[in-house]
Amino acid sequence: MTKTIITVVGKDTVGIIAKVCTYLAEKNINIMDISQTILQGYFNMMMIVDATECTMPLSEVAEEMAALGDEMGLSIRCQHEEIFNMMHRI
Amino acid sequence: MISTYEVIETNKMIDEARLDVRTITMGISLLDCIDSDINIVNEKIYNKITTCAKDLVKTGEEIEAKYGVPIVNKRISVTPVALVGGAACRNEEDFVSIAKTLDKAAKAVGVNFIGGYSALVSKGMTPAEELLIRSIPVALSSTERVCSSVNVGSTKTGINMDAVKLMGEIIKECAYLTRDEESVACSKLVVFCNAPDDNPFMAGAFHGVTEADAIINVGVSGPGVVKRALEKVRGENFEVLCETIKRTAFKVTRVGQLVAQEASERLGIPFGIVDLSLAPTPAIGDSVAEILEEIGLESVGAPGTTAALALLNDQVKKGGVMASSYVGGLSGAFIPVSEDQGMIDAVNRNALTLEKLEAMTCVCSVGLDMIAVPGSTTAATLSGIIADEAAIGMINQKTTAVRLIPAYGKSIGDSVQYGGLFGYAPVMPVNPYACDDFINRGGRIPAPIHSFKN
Repeated sequence: MTKTIITVVGKDTVGIIAKVCTYLAEKNINIMDISQTILQGYFNMMMIVDATECTMPLSEVAEEMAALGDEMGLSIRCQHEEIFNMMHRI
Repeated sequence: MISTYEVIETNKMIDEARLDVRTITMGISLLDCIDSDINIVNEKIYNKITTCAKDLVKTGEEIEAKYGVPIVNKRISVTPVALVGGAACRNEEDFVSIAKTLDKAAKAVGVNFIGGYSALVSKGMTPAEELLIRSIPVALSSTERVCSSVNVGSTKTGINMDAVKLMGEIIKECAYLTRDEESVACSKLVVFCNAPDDNPFMAGAFHGVTEADAIINVGVSGPGVVKRALEKVRGENFEVLCETIKRTAFKVTRVGQLVAQEASERLGIPFGIVDLSLAPTPAIGDSVAEILEEIGLESVGAPGTTAALALLNDQVKKGGVMASSYVGGLSGAFIPVSEDQGMIDAVNRNALTLEKLEAMTCVCSVGLDMIAVPGSTTAATLSGIIADEAAIGMINQKTTAVRLIPAYGKSIGDSVQYGGLFGYAPVMPVNPYACDDFINRGGRIPAPIHSFKN
């Protein structure tokens, strides 16, 4: 299974999770885990998603999500889980 | 399961501390392009490079998107051209035609540099090798992306002082031929002692004859990441300091290992090595000098600089070596002047001299790198500096190199401006006393006693 980590960071506003989740549902990407906090007024969310059934290449999803983030003044990035495993697990 | 803290830490390294993979370098053997007809050699070289590396840039970009980590450069290194062209090249122009072919192939596949316009002459020079060396100034001034290196010594062979003498003259000529472009050809020419066969970093990369037909080598970077990590342990003792550098180097190198494995798999080319070097860029916060200052120096160049660099270099290796299945290349901390804002500032405030840099090269990963000296510096003086550096490498069994820019028409107070990764360099003073009689002796310096380990 290809696990992808989506991180959303920026100023908190209404509907961030709704918009991100709607987008993911449209692309047939399954959310496996969400953790979210507000740190000093800043919205911080990490999602672990399964993109195995995704309808388009992940690189395009990453681009579109970054654009979606720009619309809301947020930084959104999608990264393959392996970079975090490599860096933080022996 | 990965925690939010770990994800944020990685992304902060990328966003704020400029963690990147500095280069994916594909090494390509050109030994099968050897022919006695120069036109056939050129045709074979072009075809081989554009076939092997046709997907290199695209693959690099795909990996970049997949993991969200920048891969700054995609490059190629080839077999030393003196070996490839030896049978076909009758004169310097023949060698220059190969340089032009390499440049054309580099442009066709979209890589920003191609290294390997090189000769390995640590003991003696064949006529072909001497022809290649003599063709370097024209080759580098008539091409854009070709990089050249010459290995003039090693611990096993001693130092070829004839080659050292010749290289002083060649560097001067490179400076003159590109006098209208800040003597830029000198920034693409490295003189080595103990050159490694698998270095992915330019300008000194070449694909050694000990290597396979094609190989993927990756150079990681991340001075900014180390600097940020050290900010959190200010005032702590050396144990804590060294431990922090090791942990950080481990994490940075893991990214390189991941990228190297993935690139190797996607391109169907074996993974060679990860070079775990701290490679600075002129960007703010991407400086090796700033790490040394964070360790506790008021300015790089102050007493203590060599010790601080020695521990940094060693901890980087110790942390990185466990993070990758194969470590090679140069691995350590680079100390180029023009490519490191902290070094430039130190030179401008008269804290850092050429002599101190020479001392630092005893413990850093390479040598005197990207240093501008007055245009009036003689060829013999340049050769003297090369000989000093080669001697450090030979005796200490380490790689050393010289990449000096005797900036044509410039003197102390001026600077050379390249922009981009090469940055800018203030012209530094050189000891004014001559060494002509030493350089003119000719012959070679024998290998040191500790080279006889058989």
